[in-house]
Amino acid sequence: MAEDQPAGAPRTLPIQSATFTAEVNAEIRRAAATGIYDIRGGGAKRRVPHFDDLLFLGASVSRYPLEGYRERCDTNVILGTRHAKRPIEIDIPITIAGMSFGALSAQAKEALGRGASAAGTSTTTGDGGMTPEERGQSTKLVYQYLPSRYGMNPEDLRKADAIEVVVGQGAKPGGGGMLLGQKISPRVAEMRDLPEGIDQRSACRHPDWTGPDDLEIKILELREITGWEKPIYVKIGGARPYFDTTLAVKAGADVVVLDGMQGGTAATQDVFIEHVGQPTLACIPEAVRALQDMGLHREVQLIVSGGIRSGADVAKAIALGADAASIGTAAMVAIGDNDPKWEAEYRRMGTTAGAYDDWHEGRDPAGISTQDPDLAARLDPVEAGRRLRNYLKVMTLEAQTLARACGKSHVRNLEPEDLCALTMEAAAMARVPLAGTDWWPGKRGQDF
Amino acid sequence: MQTFDLESMGLRDLNAALQGQGPDTNETSREVVNPRGSHALAVGLDAPLDVTVHGSTGYYCAGMNSRATIRITGSAGPGVAENMMSGTVIVEGDASQYAGATGHGGLLVIRGNASSRCGISMKGIDIVVGGDVGHMSAFMAQKGNLVICGDAGDALGDSIYEARLFLRGRAKGLGADCVEKEMRPEHLELLAGLLDRAGMNARPEDFRRYGSARGLYHFDIDNAY
Ligand SMILES: Cc1cc2nc3c(=O)[nH]c(=O)nc-3n(C[C@H](O)[C@H](O)[C@H](O)COP(=O)(O)O)c2cc1C
Repeated sequence: MAEDQPAGAPRTLPIQSATFTAEVNAEIRRAAATGIYDIRGGGAKRRVPHFDDLLFLGASVSRYPLEGYRERCDTNVILGTRHAKRPIEIDIPITIAGMSFGALSAQAKEALGRGASAAGTSTTTGDGGMTPEERGQSTKLVYQYLPSRYGMNPEDLRKADAIEVVVGQGAKPGGGGMLLGQKISPRVAEMRDLPEGIDQRSACRHPDWTGPDDLEIKILELREITGWEKPIYVKIGGARPYFDTTLAVKAGADVVVLDGMQGGTAATQDVFIEHVGQPTLACIPEAVRALQDMGLHREVQLIVSGGIRSGADVAKAIALGADAASIGTAAMVAIGDNDPKWEAEYRRMGTTAGAYDDWHEGRDPAGISTQDPDLAARLDPVEAGRRLRNYLKVMTLEAQTLARACGKSHVRNLEPEDLCALTMEAAAMARVPLAGTDWWPGKRGQDF
Repeated sequence: MQTFDLESMGLRDLNAALQGQGPDTNETSREVVNPRGSHALAVGLDAPLDVTVHGSTGYYCAGMNSRATIRITGSAGPGVAENMMSGTVIVEGDASQYAGATGHGGLLVIRGNASSRCGISMKGIDIVVGGDVGHMSAFMAQKGNLVICGDAGDALGDSIYEARLFLRGRAKGLGADCVEKEMRPEHLELLAGLLDRAGMNARPEDFRRYGSARGLYHFDIDNAY
């Protein structure tokens, strides 16, 4: 073209495609060169409607606020009141989500236990079993019951404070686990009964039950093994939250853990993370509606996760009907993941602080998503635990601040009426009015 | 011998009674009558008891058993002896799906046939089946031994890791990455011991051995479907 143009004629600027972006093209080239899909850690990176699209209204003449620091605003949550002889009580409405030893180093697991315990809340095992480090440092430990059943044994089951039957995860509803060979260290291999160094696949379905009727019997078995003492949670990915919540409750769950699509994972196909599941915001009202339809809202507790970052997110999740929120990625960041202080090392791996997500490769400079003894030794579990405690404390203070502003003496009393939405999408998903209106798309009795 | 009648006592009381037995009890025999296909019978035991269940059981009988010997005179429902750690479970009749699923140790003997997914995700348990097993048996089997005196259904040993499979009859088909392997003297010896412990009358020489080709141990484009 250029040669045909008269000298000095104006030229079009090079235009990059909005469809074939630099990232898209780089991925096409990577796929063409390697023949394998991209595997990574973390949650969805695309923007989806989220808690940022909601605001609290605050108090005024029609509602009066509570005095900060002076008037009480409680934050405790009791989980497992439906059937368990020993429900667990946490001091703050935030729990640490299940992350496996294998995905994370033993030091990182210990730090999570320390931080959670100091903040008066629970932490959770993961795909790979319970380590003595985390049991020892966690005053309240939830033991996950996963399809792989790696390391599952009745002794640890009895040591747990609650049992979480994992049906799915928000990052990959319908997907199984992955742990690549670099992270199958001798200790991880032994705990999982696997050969060292292999790329491990874990199943996407449980080996000994298939539908909700079977799940009911499975829960009965777990209760019989543990003397009906422990709360039984059922964790679901944000796929069909109304039906999945209904079926989990019908099967006997004391607590439903609902993980939206932004939820993190240790390692999964990027296509799964970005293209399967519904945003957390869209999942909560559906799960709450299911609980209300059964007359069990607040009797079966709802824990929500997937992209929770702050006390504001926690307060909004609770206002929509959750009893507590759970964090994975944010807890990792609090203890040191993706810290700019390791920038030189991130650069050497072709990435940058904040974007590092090749957790499956086990080369985490922060010593968190690794099994390399030298890297893992960089994380001081005591210091990291302190940082997590501080962060949990700040989140709790933030949630209390917002609850007091709405006139609530317990964060649990926050309600949808305290919220408005900034976008039509968020209004439709959260079923709260678009700011400045009394309307949301789909509101009953009103036409669009 | 202590007898528990499920017609007059509830499941919770029965399991609590069986679980409550200290390991140093001298009188170790128990029998359960009228099981009527109940689910989660005799689960989570953790003492060297000798329990006989007279009749047939529902789901997950003897689940997570440690150290106890549990004998079922009838047939067993899905997931018998799931996640067993140690001890022995004997089913005189047939077993439904997922028998011995994820078992970490101990011996499961099924005198009749076992349905699909027998030994799924097994992690160290030994399973001896007198008759046939259904499809997808030993799926993702990690460790331990599965002995099948009859035939196997389709996709035997699919995605298997390091478990060993011994088959006297024929498999309708082998699963992904499962191959026949040489039967060496140490395997014949191992098999003879298993057959002996299970009280099965069969000659080790009549079996073939199957295991992992280890081709799926590393992600590779050419392994994908
Ligand atoms: C490193 C890592 C490992 C995880 N491992 C597990 C696991 O073993 N089992 C599980 O149910 N969820 C696992 N998850 C998901 C978390 O439990 C949780 O659902 C998710 O992190 C919540 O979303 P968030 O990361 O946005 O807070 C993992 C998440 C991360 C980041």
